[in-house]
Amino acid sequence: MLEKLILNHYEIAAVILSGIGLMNLLLQRNLIRKIIGLNIMNTAVYLLFAAKGYNAEYPPVPAGLILTGIVVTVSVTTFALALTLKLYETYGTLNIDEALMKMTLQQEELEAKIEAQEEELIS
Amino acid sequence: MIDSFAFNIPFISIFLAMIAAIITPLLPKQNRIPENLSCCVIGIIGILSAYLLYALTNSGQSLSFNFKIGNFPVPYGNELKAGPLEAVLSLFFSLSMLLSLTGNFSSTEEDIAPNRRQLFCVLVNLIMSSLLAMTYTNDIFTAYVFIEISTIAACSIVAVKESPETARAALRYLVMSLVGSGLILIVICLLYNLTGHLIMQNMHIAIQVLVSAKSYIMPLTVSLALITTGLAVKSALYPFSFWLPDAHGSSTNLSSAILSGLVLKGHIFLLIKIFYRVFGLDVIHALRMDTVIFILGLLAMIMGSVHALRQTNVKRMIAWSSVAQVGYIFLGVGLNTTAGIAAACLHIIVHACVKPMLITAAGGLSNAAGHKKGLHALMGTFYSNVWAGLGFMAGAFSMMGIPAFAGFASKLSLTMASFDHPVIVWSLAALAASSVLNALYYVPAVIVILTHNKNMNNNFSAPPPTRLYKISMTCFLALNFYLGLFCMPLLRLITRGVNVL
Repeated sequence: MLEKLILNHYEIAAVILSGIGLMNLLLQRNLIRKIIGLNIMNTAVYLLFAAKGYNAEYPPVPAGLILTGIVVTVSVTTFALALTLKLYETYGTLNIDEALMKMTLQQEELEAKIEAQEEELIS
Repeated sequence: MIDSFAFNIPFISIFLAMIAAIITPLLPKQNRIPENLSCCVIGIIGILSAYLLYALTNSGQSLSFNFKIGNFPVPYGNELKAGPLEAVLSLFFSLSMLLSLTGNFSSTEEDIAPNRRQLFCVLVNLIMSSLLAMTYTNDIFTAYVFIEISTIAACSIVAVKESPETARAALRYLVMSLVGSGLILIVICLLYNLTGHLIMQNMHIAIQVLVSAKSYIMPLTVSLALITTGLAVKSALYPFSFWLPDAHGSSTNLSSAILSGLVLKGHIFLLIKIFYRVFGLDVIHALRMDTVIFILGLLAMIMGSVHALRQTNVKRMIAWSSVAQVGYIFLGVGLNTTAGIAAACLHIIVHACVKPMLITAAGGLSNAAGHKKGLHALMGTFYSNVWAGLGFMAGAFSMMGIPAFAGFASKLSLTMASFDHPVIVWSLAALAASSVLNALYYVPAVIVILTHNKNMNNNFSAPPPTRLYKISMTCFLALNFYLGLFCMPLLRLITRGVNVL
């Protein structure tokens, strides 16, 4: 058992890293940490690809796939950061729960205003 | 054999949509040129798909063909595969996209700032190209790349409307989507290690060999479970669907229509291809994934409707109803027979046509009520915008499964598909319960829009529906009745397509 683990140390590292990345992506409340989690997860997959994907007949294929994958990850990260910036400009926070709280507060204020206006109209 | 022009159509249609996305930012912004270009390109893709379908059904013996891009040999090259099912799906996807674009023209112009409309057209074209690519591709890594393109474009069309909610909704959608695509990437890596191929048909042969030798069963099960989870997150299957109502409630009507009518469907069809073409139905059954999908589908049918009952915002209600409808599709996939998958594909088409109509109609109604989205505010709006009212009623009846409306056809075929199957009691009970639940929230909504509002605010007068809106609504209604009344030839065509998938 231990021998197998040592023999496959690349895969073990990749599994641990992708687990860390996935948990960060799911459980962190801070958006920047979420995005870092995403990058860790995808990099771990590329490590697994590089370690396991060697194919004696067609050596360049996994390298090509990883290159494409890196481009995809970079563009997704950029897009996520842009959205995070927009959220920060709107709410002044990077925490997704705080943003939700501020949003519900704003909505309640708005509804209270509309109700007050309607009451004025009726009276 | 089919002629060489039809042979190139799958590639040409993907390429046209991509090229349109690239040149749209270079065009002048006046006179709605970007919008018209998108409509033209999508219309051309629809016509091309119809021609491909005609050529395939008249070709005689071989119903499907593989298209090697640039004629490169397999490990370096990239393949598309087209058959009747792919052609039918891309035809209906482009029709539904075109009608959603034209139907929501005015509401898009209200919601989105003029300097952003051009970029919005870029996103629409990108979504169209990624949908077509997911439909036609035979290479699992290409599928992943286009999944990511559609993720970015779909999150952007949610965020494009300037409102405080949209940034948060889009981020939530993005995070869920990224979890899904991360899982898909892991599975592609695992499957490449196990099989040594990326072309779906070659993977299928390798997997058959592995399964018959009873080796690597555990990694195969894990891969199947992970890729199902990943695509289920992206197609809003029930326990993973909480992002969908948020994304709908705040975004502009066109975004909602594209999101629940089309983006979800591309991912579901990709899942069907992975089940049918990569693993094969007997392997899916041996690894017991069909039962899991079936149970999740049942759950989604019931829980989506239960959640929809509690909504007061009409767009959130429609979003939860989409979750229930996705459950129907997964029920068909979970039956794990050719008939079940054909019924699921028919429901994909029906929902892709009906849900954009329902959202376009709801948008017209809430416009008539002065941009209010609460269900109570819609009282009596049928009389201020009759076209939207008719569309809403037809959509609601279709979702309930009233005969002659589109939803009836797919529910009927789902029922027929589950007859010679051991789970018939469960699927019939769930279909009945879900239809009743659908009626429980759609009938009150229809009654509300039909009730005369006595204390209607008279000093507010909504703009009358434009001619374009009326034309698209008429086309939507015609499509709805066509699917409801004449679905049997279509279902036969789909069954032939599933057989050569």
